[in-house]
Amino acid sequence: MTIDLARVDAIVARKGEGPEMAIPVLQMIQDEFRYVPIEAIEHIAKTTQMTEAQLYGVATFFAQFRLTPVGERIIKVCHGTACHVGGAVGLTEAIEERLGVKTGENTPDMKYTLTSVACVGCCSLAPVVMIDSTTYGRLDRKKSVKVIDDLES
Amino acid sequence: MQTQTNNKRTVVVGMSTCNIAAGAQEVYDLCRKTVEEKKLGVEVRITGCLGMCYAEPQVQIVEADGTRSLYCDVTAQRMGKIIDEHVVGGVPRAQWIAKYDEGETKDLMGKQRRIVLANCGVIDPEKIEDYLAVDGYKALRSVLEEKNPDKVIDALVKSGLRGRGGAGFPTGMKWKFARAEKGPKKYMICNADEGDPGAFMDRTTLESDPHAVLEGMAIGGFATGADEAYIYCRAEYPMAIARLYKAIAQAEERGFLGRNIMGLGFDFVIHIKEGAGAFVCGEETALMASIEGRRGMPRIRPPFPAQSGLFGKPTTINNVETWANVPWIIRNGWEAFAAMGTEKSKGSKVFALAGKIKRGGLVEVPMGITLGEIIHEVGGGTGTNRKVKAVQMGGPSGGCVPAELFHTKIDYDEVTRTGAIMGSGGMVVMDDTTCMVDIARYFLDFTQLESCGKCTFCRVGTKRMLEILTRICAGKGEESDIALLEDLAKQIKTTSLCGLGQTAPNPVLTTLRYFRHEYEEHIRDHKCRAGRCRSLCTFTITDACTGCLICARNCPVSCITGEKKTMHVINQKACIRCGVCRDFCKFDAVVVG
Repeated sequence: MTIDLARVDAIVARKGEGPEMAIPVLQMIQDEFRYVPIEAIEHIAKTTQMTEAQLYGVATFFAQFRLTPVGERIIKVCHGTACHVGGAVGLTEAIEERLGVKTGENTPDMKYTLTSVACVGCCSLAPVVMIDSTTYGRLDRKKSVKVIDDLES
Repeated sequence: MQTQTNNKRTVVVGMSTCNIAAGAQEVYDLCRKTVEEKKLGVEVRITGCLGMCYAEPQVQIVEADGTRSLYCDVTAQRMGKIIDEHVVGGVPRAQWIAKYDEGETKDLMGKQRRIVLANCGVIDPEKIEDYLAVDGYKALRSVLEEKNPDKVIDALVKSGLRGRGGAGFPTGMKWKFARAEKGPKKYMICNADEGDPGAFMDRTTLESDPHAVLEGMAIGGFATGADEAYIYCRAEYPMAIARLYKAIAQAEERGFLGRNIMGLGFDFVIHIKEGAGAFVCGEETALMASIEGRRGMPRIRPPFPAQSGLFGKPTTINNVETWANVPWIIRNGWEAFAAMGTEKSKGSKVFALAGKIKRGGLVEVPMGITLGEIIHEVGGGTGTNRKVKAVQMGGPSGGCVPAELFHTKIDYDEVTRTGAIMGSGGMVVMDDTTCMVDIARYFLDFTQLESCGKCTFCRVGTKRMLEILTRICAGKGEESDIALLEDLAKQIKTTSLCGLGQTAPNPVLTTLRYFRHEYEEHIRDHKCRAGRCRSLCTFTITDACTGCLICARNCPVSCITGEKKTMHVINQKACIRCGVCRDFCKFDAVVVG
């Protein structure tokens, strides 16, 4: 896959070229492309003080970064302690069944990516699921499937 | 503390992440629309989270004289009625209003002592005017006018404030070390990388009262001689980050941050760094590595950050709650702060109550209160007919304190004696449907994933512990496994560089200490009494069943049969042991076998 490197240059120009900008630059790259294309890392390494090793090291260390494309919507099932106690495992099963994919996978039509997240800090509404930037709380198996059904309709 | 622009009521909608997740956006949009369409001339404002997350969304109607009515569990439909009857008609809907002096709200609020949460759910976090109206930035002004950094540090030392991130290091001492360092460049850091699952104190504070944190940091900057600061906030908190940006811009515009603050000759700039999702970055040296653009891996201390921290310069690092306490201590005097609490733990502490608890949310209680008071009185117990079994404190670094020890006082040292830690303030309450072996497995799964990989015992040891626990939960545990777990725990604790590894075995050690019989049952009897470990339990319906059909309707594999008003039966061959039937049964008719 080839990407528009001019968009990468624009991000670097905005954020800065110093090694301390590695994380903000990668975050913006991910905002722009919805994942971190390896071509972007190679390009930044050629044009700035950041090295490929540093960028790849950072991109693989932090959970936020994805090196492969994702679906249109990202479904994050929270697995914080309160959500775990409240049945996050069951929610995951129900959503996996509904979408026909396992956690960490994209649906074949690239509409959804199903992931898990350590804690979104909405513990009093556990168990919760975050879809893009919207948090859905007080769920159970049925309600979590309904949330996805509602997105479809 | 709303400024009344005219002689009318104000509608204040709670707009925090938790409120919005509960449906506040819809309520807020409806308010704006109705007020505009009907030309009511009523001001609609926002506020943060009051801490009563169990009863959100919340809306407050403020009368012209400042009295407030707090509506709980507001839906868009209810909001319409509240506008018609109360806002327009002037007649409050009494049954929807929480009364602070009676019932549940009294139990919840009565024992609290709010310093950090004082403005949360009261002021508009996006308006600096609101913060100024509650004496905001006065502490900073007084400190800058007096021009005596040593006095500030002395006050912090005497206040007895200890780091609220978990370790409890005396804040004043930390500042003293940083001040003693020579050199023109020093940094301040606010650790807002609240990674403990089950903790959301910092999220709420930043969303509901960001200026208090900024003011605390500026005071710390002046006291230690730093002119630049970073707030390292986890990216999972988009609203907190947005409100921080807004607050910093407003404070700079008004001259409370930036160059020559309030014309008193002090410069202080605050930057925001978004974390990228690594639990270990809550550790200070890993956090600094991450700000510098490297993988967030801890390093050996010394040198401590106070000597050589961010970019090799002296750095003071405290967490959100610690910073938020600072302006209060300066305004009210260290004596007032030190008057609260126990001999070695002063002031108050914010806790996030979650799990099997009736009144989940945030509470701020004076140090010295007992665990039992927090869970049973403030939190209202489980709110079901099930009994509290334990409370998990301190996240993956902490442990499970059994109900028998609920007389334990909230005090850094007393909590440590139970094997748990005070931690940052997450309290996840567990009842008899929680399996303690499964909880230990859950936390090891977490720490094993989050281990940065630098220390062998943390990297490999946590993985081995997880394998053993997974085996026990699957009914394949061996008699020697408990001793093996204990041995590994000891080795990981003694050979890990940072807090993550040193404390990673705590959830296993505390559950082994207090719930050893559950481990033994799993291994010897192949039984999980809580009904969580699917290979080790069966669910059956007893004659307490009333035939209400609710379990059958909610069973994900439709394996429950029975007519209305007759006893139901679970088809054991088809049952996946998910426990949904037990969760839904109102008559305790589903039992674990």
